[in-house]
Amino acid sequence: MHTQSRWTPFAFLTPAVTVLAVVGIYPLIFAAWVSLHTYLLAQPNIPHDLVWLGNYVTVLKDPSFWGAIGRTLTYLLIALPIQVVLGLGIAFMLRRGPWASLRGLARVALVIPLAMTPVVTGLIGRLIFNQEFGVANFLQSRVTGNTVGTEWLGNPTLAFVTILLMEIWQWTPFAALIFLSGLTAVPAEVEEAATLETRSFWVMLRRIQLPFLMPALTAILILRTADILKQFDMVYTLTSGGPGSSTELINLYITRIGLRGAFDQGVASAQAILMLVLTTVLSRLYIRYLYRGDDA
Amino acid sequence: MSLTTRTSDTTAGTALRDADRAARERARRGRGVRSALHAVGLVVILVATLFPFLWMVSTSLKTTSQITAKPPLLVFQGTLEHYRNILGEQYNVGGSLVNSLIVATSATLLAVLLGTPAAYALARFSFKRKDDLWFWFISNRFMSPVVIVLPVYLMASKLRLIGNPALLVAMYLTFSIPIVVWICTDQFRSIPRELDEAAMVDGATPLTIFARVALPLALPGVVVSSILSFIFNWNELLFALFLTRGDGVTAPVRATNFLSGYDVPWGEIMATGTLIVLPVVVFSLLVSRHLVKGLTMGAIK
Repeated sequence: MHTQSRWTPFAFLTPAVTVLAVVGIYPLIFAAWVSLHTYLLAQPNIPHDLVWLGNYVTVLKDPSFWGAIGRTLTYLLIALPIQVVLGLGIAFMLRRGPWASLRGLARVALVIPLAMTPVVTGLIGRLIFNQEFGVANFLQSRVTGNTVGTEWLGNPTLAFVTILLMEIWQWTPFAALIFLSGLTAVPAEVEEAATLETRSFWVMLRRIQLPFLMPALTAILILRTADILKQFDMVYTLTSGGPGSSTELINLYITRIGLRGAFDQGVASAQAILMLVLTTVLSRLYIRYLYRGDDA
Repeated sequence: MSLTTRTSDTTAGTALRDADRAARERARRGRGVRSALHAVGLVVILVATLFPFLWMVSTSLKTTSQITAKPPLLVFQGTLEHYRNILGEQYNVGGSLVNSLIVATSATLLAVLLGTPAAYALARFSFKRKDDLWFWFISNRFMSPVVIVLPVYLMASKLRLIGNPALLVAMYLTFSIPIVVWICTDQFRSIPRELDEAAMVDGATPLTIFARVALPLALPGVVVSSILSFIFNWNELLFALFLTRGDGVTAPVRATNFLSGYDVPWGEIMATGTLIVLPVVVFSLLVSRHLVKGLTMGAIK
């Protein structure tokens, strides 16, 4: 042990910490400073006066901000459970049984949505759900006989359903693949012993497999929650937040205020800081109660 | 009497055998039904997963009138005209793909270079507030890019750095380093400590042990985290949208440019989408075995 000094770990950590501090923390401090000032990008002549919490008050009184938060949380609460349940079902279907080559093929196919650029996913959604020639309307007219066609992206509720569908399409495979790797941790002997006691799928799932799947489930919950709260790309190309603001998730709203429409950096920074607080609290809770729960 | 008994015995025996056979038959048919349902389910998964991707590729090969045909065409005479268009000067998708490649590769290499030593320290050494430091690394990934893109945009425009690819590379480290640290910390932990200690007894410095002993053994984790990091870098939009300009834009930004006009050039959009996605899809399929293993995200300890 003679070569390891007290400082060795810091030598390994310093480069990464320094870089992340410069590219992550420094802008964050700057954002906090901007959020306390008047900062209008489009009017550089207006001085950057200190307004204390004025921008935060503006944000908290802004019904559009709460609307965007509400939409984002609704999106999260619908998409995440569906992805988890479907993902778990798919993982079980791919794990064992007959049709080995079909299972292998489906398993490989799951990688495709995962590798898909969210911008492109949104563009594909635009094409498939096009009112005039989209294949979604062709299929629904075949089933329902309604030849007029549904205005998927023109109707507020349906546009929200559409972004949900694309989100579920892209990320359910991710959940399935993580569950699949999680299931490899279940010892075969334990499972075989359990089959002598019960034949019920549910009992097996709850008593035997679920404990082994907890880390996988936690990883999915943490990553998807964080990514949905910062969702931007796919929705930006699919609906750009419209029609009206029916699909304007929180990050689209913040960039609209800060960089695309109002150019009010002060208010946008205050919104971004509030979102950061929300995300940190949520991920802290997840990690505290789930991820490290077993050895805490 | 003995005869009747025997007869009734035989009858009972036959009935039992029949019942047994029927039950086995039912079970067999039940298994058959279940197995058929399983196959149907697998086909549904395959179709649902592949259809949007294949629909994009086929649309990119259709002429404009074929794209808007009603009902949608499944069989058609293909054309490469959209690919010729987007690679020409007007759209310059080729240039944006090169930009994406440069930025994504540089950011990935830097993230591995900086992230693996940090992961090694978090896995091997003990020091105060280690768990908090680990969480701080990971939490950079949870942070919305919007939070930092606003101030970075302001600072970069003052310093005239907007459009500089180095700026984008630096910003991509905010989500690449965390993913490398997350995956590699667990990977280093799974390597037996005795190997490090043996090398230490031989007088190797910590840096040599890290580079010569630990890193080669952690290679699967390093590979997976660089693949994931590359995919995230390649796909990123928000930073690129506000921090690049003109010829410096990355491919996802170029793809969003098509949406500004009234006349939507569907063929060109789908051809661009195919060119953005295809290299990553092919690459991911090639390494999917490793990718799936790495997706345990530290689930198996």
